Amino acid sequence: MSEYIFYPGCSLESSAKSYHDSLNIVCEKVGITLNEIDDWNCCGATEYFGINLTPAYALITRNLALAAEKANGTNTVVAPCSACYLNLAKADYYMREQPKLGTQVNLALEAGGLSYKPGSLEIRHLLDVLIYDIGLDTIKSNVVRPLTGLRVAPYLGCMVPRPDYEKRWSDHEHPVELDLLLEALGAEVIDFPLKTHCCGGHMPHIGPETAYEMLHRLLTSADEHKADIMATVCPMCQMNVDAYQGETNQYFGTNHKMPIVFFTQLIGLAFGATPKELGFGSELVSAKKALAKIGTAPPKTKKTRKSKKKAGLPMPQPLPTGIRINEEEVIR
Amino acid sequence: MSQLTPPVHEIEDLTLLEEVAARTAGVSRLEMCIQCGTCGGSCPSADDMDHTPRQLFAMLRAGMREESLKSNTPWICVSCYHCVVRCPQNVHITDVMYTIKGMAVSSSMYESGTASEFSQTFVDMIENYGRSFEFGLATRHYLKHFPLRLPGMASMGIGLLTKQRMAIKPTRIKNMKQLTDILDRAKELGATHE
Repeated sequence: MSEYIFYPGCSLESSAKSYHDSLNIVCEKVGITLNEIDDWNCCGATEYFGINLTPAYALITRNLALAAEKANGTNTVVAPCSACYLNLAKADYYMREQPKLGTQVNLALEAGGLSYKPGSLEIRHLLDVLIYDIGLDTIKSNVVRPLTGLRVAPYLGCMVPRPDYEKRWSDHEHPVELDLLLEALGAEVIDFPLKTHCCGGHMPHIGPETAYEMLHRLLTSADEHKADIMATVCPMCQMNVDAYQGETNQYFGTNHKMPIVFFTQLIGLAFGATPKELGFGSELVSAKKALAKIGTAPPKTKKTRKSKKKAGLPMPQPLPTGIRINEEEVIR
Repeated sequence: MSQLTPPVHEIEDLTLLEEVAARTAGVSRLEMCIQCGTCGGSCPSADDMDHTPRQLFAMLRAGMREESLKSNTPWICVSCYHCVVRCPQNVHITDVMYTIKGMAVSSSMYESGTASEFSQTFVDMIENYGRSFEFGLATRHYLKHFPLRLPGMASMGIGLLTKQRMAIKPTRIKNMKQLTDILDRAKELGATHE
């Protein structure tokens, strides 16, 4: 059993409930215990920094202070949301890089009877923990329903692989962790060139055309690579690609129908959990068609020896039943 | 080297570039910019910006306060950190953008309200509840800024509500008083140095 301190973040309580439900199932299977920080608050997303700096960092650090109080044998905080992960990591890192920030934030925390020593916690994303602590072998050993034949676009978005203060990822722009994980589930992972490109972030709310352009790029690339589904590690990416796909289609006159789900939903599926308990069906662009593909995926057959006849001269093959040739066309 | 919001007499002696660096969290390394343009070339939203990050940093160096704070560039930045990991000088570009936003808001320089009001509405929700409140945020923001988009978005909104992905009521943290005290003190601390 591995124990971690858990910071779910606001999205997992509302728009990304399926992420929360599915990660609970996956964590239980692989032996992860998550101890949620009591009475945590919002991380401020990308909005508070631009309004007021000191409160923005104090807001984030209240969570770290509460988490450090809870640290009981473990000092690793796991955040499943990219923005939460980055903000917690950023506050911890900058308070070390610039001690004055740490001092000021601690003066603010004092007003609430709290304190935090920068560097006393390790902040990690759920994907990082699954790959580097639990390991692909354990994940593979839990697979009972391989995702054979499902073409998945691994989509990380920005804030998990970048800026990566602690150098946790294989690359900032083309990391392979999510690809390897999905491959371990038996999925056919496409080499998605835009895997760490931006989903538009908060732009749907402030400059929608900018967001549509970015979503259009992502969807076009996923379609070109014939992905059945996108798998993401971020609630904001899920929301933007899912909820604004309709508006993007309208804006560009396109007809993308690309479902996007959380990577934990696909792990859960491979682990044998039901789509319902994993929160499938809450996506706006339905993943039904993609799921049907796994349901009907042919079981792996053993390689049989090629029949000797095929090595001979090419012979006309009998037509499949139900197909007729228009003889006139053949003559022409 | 940079430090967090130095006292006002010190700020007065700083150039604009130094002031922005000093107001940025962490060590911004803004003064190390060599104007190579890797940032703008890596930016997925540069097309919609008044100035590329490189241009904006040149303007800061030139002391063009008003033009810099009126630029839409930091508001179009999507915080994707592509420029940050590619910058050969390790400038904390995204964080510099946050600083410029903050300076533009406090000096009321930036005129187009949509972006800054979205941030402010988001922050209001946090200061009231301790958690983000998507339904309140979305309705308040879209009614004011994008009323014409609402009919087209109705099916999405209904979808999110019926699939229980958006709560109609906000959740408030238990110890809201503690958070308020912390944020109030943080604001005082920030203000004494302004």
